[in-house]
Formats: sequence, structure tokens, C-alpha cells
Amino acid sequence: MTLKCIAGVETPDEGLIILNGRTLFDSSKNINLRPQERKVGLLFQNYALFPNMTLEQNIAIGIPKTKINKTEIVKEKIKTFSLEGLEKKYPNQLSGGQQQRVALARLLVSEPELILLDEPFSALDTYLRWQLEQELTSTLKDYKGTIIFVSHNRDEVYRVCDNIAIFNKGKIEVISDKKSLFKKPETVNAAVLTGCKNISRARKINDHKVFAIDWKMEVICSDFVKDDIKYIGVRSHHIDFEDEIKYIDLVNPFKLNIIGFIDDLFNKIAVLSQNNGTPIYMDLTKEQFNKIKNKTFVDVNIDKRNVLLFYS
Amino acid sequence: MDFSPLFISIKAAFLATIITFILGIYSAYFTLKLKRYKVIVDGILTLPLVLPPTVVGFLLLVLLGKNSVIGRFLSIFDITIVFSSAATVIAAIIVSFPLMYRTARGAFEQLDINLIYVARTLGLTEHEIFWKIMIPNSFSSIISGTILAFARALGEFGATIMIAGNIPGKTQTMAVAVYSAVQAGNRALAYKWVFIIVIISFVTMILLNLFESGKIKKLGKGGF
Repeated sequence: MTLKCIAGVETPDEGLIILNGRTLFDSSKNINLRPQERKVGLLFQNYALFPNMTLEQNIAIGIPKTKINKTEIVKEKIKTFSLEGLEKKYPNQLSGGQQQRVALARLLVSEPELILLDEPFSALDTYLRWQLEQELTSTLKDYKGTIIFVSHNRDEVYRVCDNIAIFNKGKIEVISDKKSLFKKPETVNAAVLTGCKNISRARKINDHKVFAIDWKMEVICSDFVKDDIKYIGVRSHHIDFEDEIKYIDLVNPFKLNIIGFIDDLFNKIAVLSQNNGTPIYMDLTKEQFNKIKNKTFVDVNIDKRNVLLFYS
Repeated sequence: MDFSPLFISIKAAFLATIITFILGIYSAYFTLKLKRYKVIVDGILTLPLVLPPTVVGFLLLVLLGKNSVIGRFLSIFDITIVFSSAATVIAAIIVSFPLMYRTARGAFEQLDINLIYVARTLGLTEHEIFWKIMIPNSFSSIISGTILAFARALGEFGATIMIAGNIPGKTQTMAVAVYSAVQAGNRALAYKWVFIIVIISFVTMILLNLFESGKIKKLGKGGF
């Protein structure tokens, strides 16, 4: 919906949309540029190629009317997007990858200042997704404008984007570069979306210690704890066996009951808990799994630098 | 046998279909764009489909009769619509219009809305979107609608007899001719007209079916 509002095909109730200094929409001043005037390109999930037109007609229709050398532009794009020989084909005679390239070519010839990609891969299986993602990044690498890529898949977002904004209930909650977002998510939502499996409500005990309400345990952290702490989080791969600790001053040891194991794609996940608190998930290697698979409890350590604190 | 009802019917249906074609498509397009009163406008435009044709004819008579505003205005130029051959065309237009309008509207509604959105962001004007995207991508439905509208216009009776009357050689269409023949006790003539009407209607429906089965192939070429 947000992307459609930016492109101008839907009208928001109120607000302000500015692109590179141009006001596209301003409800207080009654400005609402038509999508035709916005110079914003939108790529849909189904690519929305025009079924009644051939590949070359589909590309040609995106070219601004002021251009005179349309045929050359189409030829050039067909070449750069390696679509030669398919000029006279209709969209349904093309593969998914080819359709995506045509849609991108059509979008690029219209010379947008901003490109919006609306979950372009969400309907595809893992392999095709990966392939199209590679194609997309390589075709768009020469594009000079800004690209907004919307996705629910954190791995995909991490590979494709430089800056990431986390959207929650229609509002941007966090916006930052991807490295720091994954290293230190600022909100619970950001943590969950970046794949943090262990989240617990928390209460301050002292400046470097909190009580994790859901886990029913006290956790030491290296960051200073402010009074209004709401949640803490620990990534499942940041929980180690106690006998594998490297630095003694980072100790944050727990004895946890083993409730069960989950078979993940490439590893095992242990489901642990203390005093019947909510489960804590820990990633295990094969060796680690073999070591504890017949035990009922395990001694683990959480590096106190890896404890994430959330205030919202 | 006087074949004038055949020619009057075909002429009326043909002219009516051309006008209905244009009116129907444009009304469908504009109703879709309406933000308010869509339901009411749609209701009014579909009304001739559900009203008894005699009621449609009566309303037309009130609207276009000698004492109506339009009737009086036209009489200045010495034109009368009621009981003229123009009336057969008007009656056929009104009753066939909802079929064309409905089919066109259905076809437009079924179009992938993203096609329209994308076209707008690519800078196409609304006019271009209508002609280059909406019409070509709903072409087969529109043709089906046209054939249906033609068939309906050809078989029109109720409204025609109300507003155009039953003047042999002028406003007597085939449907009216059957009625007339039965009234006059001329069974043989009635049979002849019934036979002709059944044949024409049947051929039209065959054409429609042929077209629709061809449409599936065509969609395979152009659709997703």
C-alpha cells in the first residue's frame, strides 16, 4: 500500500510525499501529482506485462513520448537484458526470468527517479527466487537512482539492500544500514525480523543485570541497563556450552533443562528452559548435539556482550 | 410473402448494435471510474434488462411522444419519432444496451488492475490506457457482448410495438409480424416467420459459441 501511495496509484488519507525535493503529495496543500507525472517506477509481483503486446512493444510503451529514437532504445535494452530473439514473443511465452527482465527494461526506459520493487519474488520457490534475485541485482547495478525493495525475507533483504527500514503497522520503526541493524537491532520487532529467536520481557535489577520475566532467569549484560528496559533478546547462535567459554570475565552461566530438539535444515536446535519458563532456543552443531542428546540438562553460557536490550 | 419485416428487423438490429456498442463500452468505462453513486447509475443502466419490454416502451412513449418536451422540440423540424422506423432502432438500442454494458463492464473489472497501475506509472494517458490496454485485453468479451446485443435487438418485440407500432413495410419487424399473423389467424405466415427467426437466432448463437471457443485459444496466446 505504501509503495502504491508513493507511485500515486492509490491516494493516502493524509501526509506528505517528497521525492528528491519534488512534492508528489501533500494533503495539507492539496497537492496530488498524477502517477504519470511522478517519475516513479513500480515493479509488481506478477510483473504486469501487457498480455496483448509483444516483448518489444511492452518495452517501447515505457519510453517517454518526447524521445524520437524509440526503436534504437528498444534494441539497446533488448541487448543489455539479453532478450535477443524474443522480440515478437508474447508475455505468456516467456519464462519467469525473462518476464522479470522485460518488466525491468520497460521500467528503466521510462527513466524513473525511484524504483519500487513490491515483493518481486514472494510467489516463487527457493531456487527460482535465488536465480531471479541474482538477475535482479545484476540488471539494476548500473541504475543511478534509489531503489526501494520490499520483502518479508530477511536473507534476501540482507543480500540485496544497503539500508534497511523496518516497517510495523504502517510506520517505519527502525531505519539503518544493514550491518548495524543485524548486529544491534533497536526494537523487538527489528530483532524478530532479523531472526532473533529468543525474546523475553525484562525488568532491571542493577546497571548490568536484568531479570528475564518469561525465561525466569537473571541475565548479566555488558551494556548499561536503563530503568525503562522492556525486553531482552539473545540470538540462538550466541548461546554456547559452558565448557567452551573462551573469556572467563564474560561469564553468564545457566543450567537449563533440555525440553527437546528441533531438526533444522543444516543443524539442530535445542529447546531449553529454566524453572518452566518460556523456551530458549540454542543452535547446535552435530558434535554439540551428539554430546547432549541423551542428557536432561545442559550448562550453557551467554556472552554478556551478546545480550540485546530493548526499550520498545 | 412480403419480406419487409426481415429487412426492417435486420436494419434496426444492425444500427442499434453499432450505437449500443459505443454507448455500452463508454458507459462501462465511466461507471467504473465513478466514485459515488456507482450502484445507482449501474442500476439505472441495467434496468431495461429486467423491466418488462412493454414498460420500457411505455416510458419511451412518454419520453419521446408528441406531447413530450423532446417530441415537441423535434416537431419544429417536422420530425416525429413515435411510429417511425427510427423508433424501431431506438427500442432495440434501449433493450440491447444493458447486455453490452454489462459484458464490457465485467470484462474491464476482470482486467488485472496492476496493468492499469503500471501503465499509469509508465506515463500513459488515461486515453491511451483505454485504447491500448483495456480494449485489446477485453476484446473477446466485448465481441461476445456485441453478438448478444445484436441477438437481443433482433428479437425485440414489446418496446417496439409500444413505440413503433405495427405498420407493415415501415415498422413491422419479424417479431411483430409473428404476432400480427397470429392475430389475423394466418397460421401459415406465423410459421414462416417463426422458422426464419429461429434460424437467424440459432446461427447467431452458433457464431457466439464458435467465437467463445476461439477466445480460449486466443487467451492462451495473449493472457497470462
